Amino acid sequence: MAGIEVTALHKRYPDGTVAVEHVDLSIRDGELFVMLGPSGCGKTTTLRAIAGLERQTTGDIRIGDTLVNDLPPAERDIAMVFQFYALYPHLRTRDNLAFPLRAEGLPKAEVRARVDEAARLMRLGPLLDRRPRQLSGGEQQRVALARALVRRPRAFLMDEPLTNLDAELRAEMRTEINHLQGELGTTMVYVTHDQVEAMSLGHRIAILNKGRVEQIGTPLEVYDRPASLFCAAFIGSPPMNLIEVEVADGKLRGQGGLGLTPPPGLPRDRGLIAGVRPEALEVTDPGAHRSVPARVVSAEWLGDEIIYVVDHGGRHDVRVRMPSTVRFAADANVGLRHTGGAPAVYDMSTEELVA
Amino acid sequence: MRFSVRGRAVLEVALLSVLAVVMLFPVLWMIETSLKENRDVYAVPAKLFNFDVTLDHYRDVFVSSGLSVAFLNSVIVAGASTVLATVLGVPAAWAYSRFAVKAKKDQLFFILSTRFMPPVVVVIPIFLMYRYIGLIDSALGLILIYTAFNVPFTIWMMKGFVDEVPAEYEDAAMLDGYTRLQAFRKFTLPLLVPGIAATAVFALIFSWNEFVFAIFLTSSDEVRTAPPAIAGLIGGTTVDWGLVAASSVVFALPVLIFAYLVRKHLVAGVTLGAVRR
Repeated sequence: MAGIEVTALHKRYPDGTVAVEHVDLSIRDGELFVMLGPSGCGKTTTLRAIAGLERQTTGDIRIGDTLVNDLPPAERDIAMVFQFYALYPHLRTRDNLAFPLRAEGLPKAEVRARVDEAARLMRLGPLLDRRPRQLSGGEQQRVALARALVRRPRAFLMDEPLTNLDAELRAEMRTEINHLQGELGTTMVYVTHDQVEAMSLGHRIAILNKGRVEQIGTPLEVYDRPASLFCAAFIGSPPMNLIEVEVADGKLRGQGGLGLTPPPGLPRDRGLIAGVRPEALEVTDPGAHRSVPARVVSAEWLGDEIIYVVDHGGRHDVRVRMPSTVRFAADANVGLRHTGGAPAVYDMSTEELVA
Repeated sequence: MRFSVRGRAVLEVALLSVLAVVMLFPVLWMIETSLKENRDVYAVPAKLFNFDVTLDHYRDVFVSSGLSVAFLNSVIVAGASTVLATVLGVPAAWAYSRFAVKAKKDQLFFILSTRFMPPVVVVIPIFLMYRYIGLIDSALGLILIYTAFNVPFTIWMMKGFVDEVPAEYEDAAMLDGYTRLQAFRKFTLPLLVPGIAATAVFALIFSWNEFVFAIFLTSSDEVRTAPPAIAGLIGGTTVDWGLVAASSVVFALPVLIFAYLVRKHLVAGVTLGAVRR
């Protein structure tokens, strides 16, 4: 086991595309570290550089104490799980698991013992004699995980391993991966574009955008105080409401007169945007205390909650998360008020968190 | 209702039969002519069924006419150029599929563009070049020119097949301790076999059928391939149509047999990628 240090990583392809602009990461030993971002943000390239499948243009990668820049993938002592599983199609499950061990030249008895152990851990017993095409997607991914396990690597690299599974199976495998990582305590770097996956799995999350790290933090930090407007819009579903605000008489006011609790230390000399989570707003009867007049544009019933889209005279409609017991019809005249603590506030031009 | 469905089927079969007869008549006529005595070939009205069957023309193809050398040349030239094009084209296709290459699109377009003009346009310059470097009237000359025409085709067709094989197999193999080339050879290549078979058959058919370069660049009977040799049978004071037909049948057979043998791969090859993985 080992931590992973990525310093000033930059990757530019021969055709001129820059996949990674500048990435610094410090992944701790035994951590489940998630890299999250939209497609093309550089997360997969960064992961492949750690694996040794891509050579970075500049920058250093250390696994444990070893500088691995010039080591081929096989000598980095890591295992990787791929989006398309990449099980060798002509080999049975058992041989797929044994393959990396045989490639290492381990004695037969040792190979068998390790394969059996991994099979037990991932409950693959009945599948050992099947070929990949006889397995379902979920089973293939479990085999792929087991194949990563048998090598007892210093770190696991996961490249969107659950993307190809259906929703139910994905949730199940998420729990399984979480459990497995906790049990083995192995460092794991997990790449995904799915924020739910990132929030539920990661000890820490790095949000990448256009080849740069926008924010690194625990799921809670990332959710509560997104470091930039990009992160604010990316994390959370429905996303944060981004409301243009100004400071007046020690108060923070949005368009349409919506009053927000001001955070301390606000700069006054520039345009500001407040990021307000849908659950930090409330739809009330019209004229309720501290509320501004608003109108329900639409409502989505999700069973346990309702997402209201509300027009309060601002530039954009806002989304409000309400318990399903509070019901307003579409087009109803209502009130809107802020209920949470001080929101995150961003500089309109730099798009970064200022307070 | 039932009648109309039936009537439709009958109509379809009838129309398809007419189409089949029109399409296949020249082929049938060629086969018939190859089996007729010379006097029956010229009979008026033509004898469709009531002629004496003879295999003399087929014997002549292999024994007295000297065409067997031409067939052997065709096998050598078509075979060698197909193998060369495949050996050069498949790794190139792999590289274009897997690696970020500078100006990849432009390079691929350039490769394809060599196929834009009809070969006959360049045959005179090539003739002059070949004469200068001494490749005129040699099997090697034909092999090289056919390879040059087949490599672009192979690269384009194979790139499609390589694109369909997930690169993750190679990534996984590299993590398991193989080099990039070993990973390609051991994991990607076996999965490409249907595609290679389909591509090679097309390349083989091109080289086998090629006429323009063969007739311009070769002159002696020892080097000539079958298409110009068969064409050479026509044009004397008398034309032995039976021999022409028999040699044409012999010429057409290998391609038919080969295509039949790999038909599964051909279908797999042509429809690969039709299904989302």
